[in-house]
Amino acid sequence: MAKKGGRVTGINGNMVTVEFDGDVSQNEVGFILLGDQRLKSEVIRISGKIASLQVFEMTGGISVGDEVEFSGLMLSVELGPGLLTQIYDGLQNPLPELAIECGFFLQRGVYLNPIPDKSWEFTPRVKVGDSVFPADTVGTVPEGIFTHRIMVPFYLAPSAWTVESIKPAGTYAVRDEIAVIKDSKGNKQSLSMVFPWPIKRPITQYLERLQPKEPLVTQIRIIDTFLPVAKGGTYCIPGPFGAGKTVLQHMTSRNADVDIVIIAACGERAGEVVETLKEFPELIDPKTGKTLMERTIIICNTSSMPVAAREASVYTAVTIAEYYRQMGLDILLLADSTSRWAQAMREMSGRLEEIPGEEAFPAYLESVIASFYERAGVVTLRDGSKGSVTIGGTVSPAGGNFEEPVTQATLKVVGAFHGLSRERSDARKYPAIDPLESWSKYPSVIDMAKVDYARSILFDGHEVSQMMKVVGEEGTSVEDYIIYLKGELLDQVYLQQNSFDDVDFAAPIERQQVVFDVLFKILGAKLQIEDKKTARSTINEIRQKFVDWNSVARNDERFEMYKNEIEELVGGQFVEYEGKAAKILQVK
Amino acid sequence: MQKVYTKIDSIAGNVITVRASGIRNGDLAMVTSAHGESLANVIKLDREEVSLQVFSGARGISTGDKVRFLGVPMRISYSDDLLGRIFTGSGKPRDNGPELTENLIEIGGPAVNPAKRIIPRNMIRTGIPMIDVFNTLVESQKLPIFSVSGEPYNEVLARIAMQAEVDLIILGGMGLKFDDYLYFKNTLEKSGAMSRTIFFVHTASDPTVECLLVPDISLAVAERFALDGKKVLVLLSDMTNFADALKEIAITMEQVPSNRGYPGDLYSSLAARYEKAVDFEGAGSLTILAVTTMPGDDVTHPVPDNTGYITEGQFYLRHSRIEPFGSLSRLKQQVNSDTRDDHRALMDGMIKLYAAYTEALEKKSMGFQMSEWDDKLIKYGEMFENRLMDLSVNIPLEEALDLGWEILAACFEPKETGMRSELVLKHWPKEAS
Repeated sequence: MAKKGGRVTGINGNMVTVEFDGDVSQNEVGFILLGDQRLKSEVIRISGKIASLQVFEMTGGISVGDEVEFSGLMLSVELGPGLLTQIYDGLQNPLPELAIECGFFLQRGVYLNPIPDKSWEFTPRVKVGDSVFPADTVGTVPEGIFTHRIMVPFYLAPSAWTVESIKPAGTYAVRDEIAVIKDSKGNKQSLSMVFPWPIKRPITQYLERLQPKEPLVTQIRIIDTFLPVAKGGTYCIPGPFGAGKTVLQHMTSRNADVDIVIIAACGERAGEVVETLKEFPELIDPKTGKTLMERTIIICNTSSMPVAAREASVYTAVTIAEYYRQMGLDILLLADSTSRWAQAMREMSGRLEEIPGEEAFPAYLESVIASFYERAGVVTLRDGSKGSVTIGGTVSPAGGNFEEPVTQATLKVVGAFHGLSRERSDARKYPAIDPLESWSKYPSVIDMAKVDYARSILFDGHEVSQMMKVVGEEGTSVEDYIIYLKGELLDQVYLQQNSFDDVDFAAPIERQQVVFDVLFKILGAKLQIEDKKTARSTINEIRQKFVDWNSVARNDERFEMYKNEIEELVGGQFVEYEGKAAKILQVK
Repeated sequence: MQKVYTKIDSIAGNVITVRASGIRNGDLAMVTSAHGESLANVIKLDREEVSLQVFSGARGISTGDKVRFLGVPMRISYSDDLLGRIFTGSGKPRDNGPELTENLIEIGGPAVNPAKRIIPRNMIRTGIPMIDVFNTLVESQKLPIFSVSGEPYNEVLARIAMQAEVDLIILGGMGLKFDDYLYFKNTLEKSGAMSRTIFFVHTASDPTVECLLVPDISLAVAERFALDGKKVLVLLSDMTNFADALKEIAITMEQVPSNRGYPGDLYSSLAARYEKAVDFEGAGSLTILAVTTMPGDDVTHPVPDNTGYITEGQFYLRHSRIEPFGSLSRLKQQVNSDTRDDHRALMDGMIKLYAAYTEALEKKSMGFQMSEWDDKLIKYGEMFENRLMDLSVNIPLEEALDLGWEILAACFEPKETGMRSELVLKHWPKEAS
């Protein structure tokens, strides 16, 4: 095919219009030739002989008449062994390698191989004459702690291919030919360990999608117990600035019980990524004994990097997630923040002079957000194994107001909502997830009846505290006051968690179950307390014990000691279980 | 090759269009009119049609005026000769000194590779206890001061400029009142800090387009000095005026507005500037302190709101005090563990007690019964406000910490402070206990 080309006819911000010859397809990649620089861009609209391209670089210096070269390929990522531990920009450019090449600054027009030229220990899984389909495994290589499947490229025709040749076990460079396959018509296809896939098309090489049911443990109590996330599910974290979205994502990326974590830092502060970048290679994952970096991929397109690449970055991240899912692994994708991605869409929409929707976001905002989150899921693969992609996205609503379009469009499609509140973060109650507003449709790790009961205490306690603001402590009955204190207790010792404490920052499921059981028995108990002063001091004493308990490791001998002490403390005043609580405890 | 065009097709706001070919995006042009010469730069190209924003404004420009393309983008001279000088937003001298044309550098350069950034590690001392103790300023931080008109934000900025331990100060003024400009100039001259200061000033009466250039030009120069090993502090006042200038140009260019008339790329535009703050490994650093006035004291207004999402914390300046609540330095954890062993504990402890004080105050105003503890809190709160929060207090960090203990000792018993006993034992003033 002859190289298609065109010439620049207009420039407006990061959008360039090009007059082209031949055929050009939507989302095709074009390069603007500027001296010896080639500026990558993507076709986002075609009208007659004019294509509008969003340029992934700064557009200064481009002039009308400059030559444009079309690649014939949609915007793609390279998939293969070596993706793990990498730090990419939104277009899968490896940033550390770029730094070696260009120094402190991101020089435009420099694109490096995303997958490092390395050799891998290849073990074949098929033999000559075998019949394979796209996404079938032809061999494996060990990538860190995982067995990386070398698969038949997903883009090939979905029919039976016959293995014509396959390399024996041995060490091969990542781009070497490792197999040749041919289709029924005899067309041959050479395979290496890497192949491209267009980022805006979901990878659908699976048998069926399943209902997400298995909890994804984050070791954050308020999430696992009250607002759980499931493997293959989706959740969102909206919150005003300074409410702790990023700290929460950071904690999740460290503690989540999944195989691989992909962090998409999309249009946020560079400094935050740097912390992850410098910390993860030092932190040891207790599950594998290797550093956290070995299970992490960072896609980093921070706020000062070109905005069009920011739009691409979340797709780059989810495509890599889907690729590893094809190996039967559980992937967690953390996107921080999806609002910046939506804003990138808004900027382009504005330049295209599209009719704006609410707050000038494009009319297709909702469908684009929906189809992005829909790329999550738990699936059965052709070989019977299961893999999942879970997506957790933060949302940065303008003015902290959840009524804005991005939050609303996101809420429609996610399975759990962890809303952060300014009120809680101002009061230093972390994680600042609002327990009254937030919700989850996934099953908890704890008996749902108990969780619901605890939640009702929280609601009632909140009501009492509101009333108390009007009538004062003196106008509140002892019974109500105790409910209020119980709500506070639940909040302080269970919902709040100290991410800077060596023990408290991660609460494993088993521990959550033990602690919650003890706590539930207190919440459900009628206590022999006569006046408010005693009520306060009793609950304060219990609270202090819980706080100490929370910072004692599970294998510490004091763990049982604190548990017993708390139970004794409560036992002294215990009368009986309150009706509903008694029922729940009997059923058990 | 220079090209001269003598027909201006359209003039709208500060944007003119001419028909020309071979022009590059971002290039400069010189517009000569009856009122003198002005630079302009290319902001949009559509076939032959070239849109330019005229730095000194399009007022009085005629369709027959001369436009000469210079074939280069906006640049600024970079050398030590800049020190002590005052320039306009387009880099022209404002102080009767000579024009600088040597060693030109481009403005609005590329972003720093995140992989080359390092975790910030040095504190910047300001002598203001509310900053040093409670929300420490850190080298390479970007931090806005959220305030409202009438508050002494420029005074705070000037004080930090004079006292901060940095090699170089660059002041970018946007829409400054002339009085404020003179205030900055006089204060810095008097304190002798002028020789390590560079001004890029756009006053309220200057053309809007120059306002847009101030952050870029200030930060381009700052970045160069930082690369040459200098610790640079950039002060920007007031970023809301910058955002308003962006709005003005966007509306002139008939862009679809997103929120209260501001363009959809407001976040990206602000981030591109703030993210210039950096600590270069093996070289200097660039710290940004900016004033953002909140129209109507509304933090949800698009400018402070977008700013808050970009910057590493914020200072609220209200009633001539830096508010203890809401104010936040996201980077303080990186440095306040190595200052003094009691720094973190005192910082948290005093704020928690101050929060309890505000509750007690509320209780008092509601007419509820006051306990002995409430009275103690009220005494504490008042001392805190007068002796630490007052902006006129000017003491080094260590003295401020000692003063904190003194205030605590004057109001409470050691066990009432809620702090670790060993710390209290070590720092509690002897004569008080």
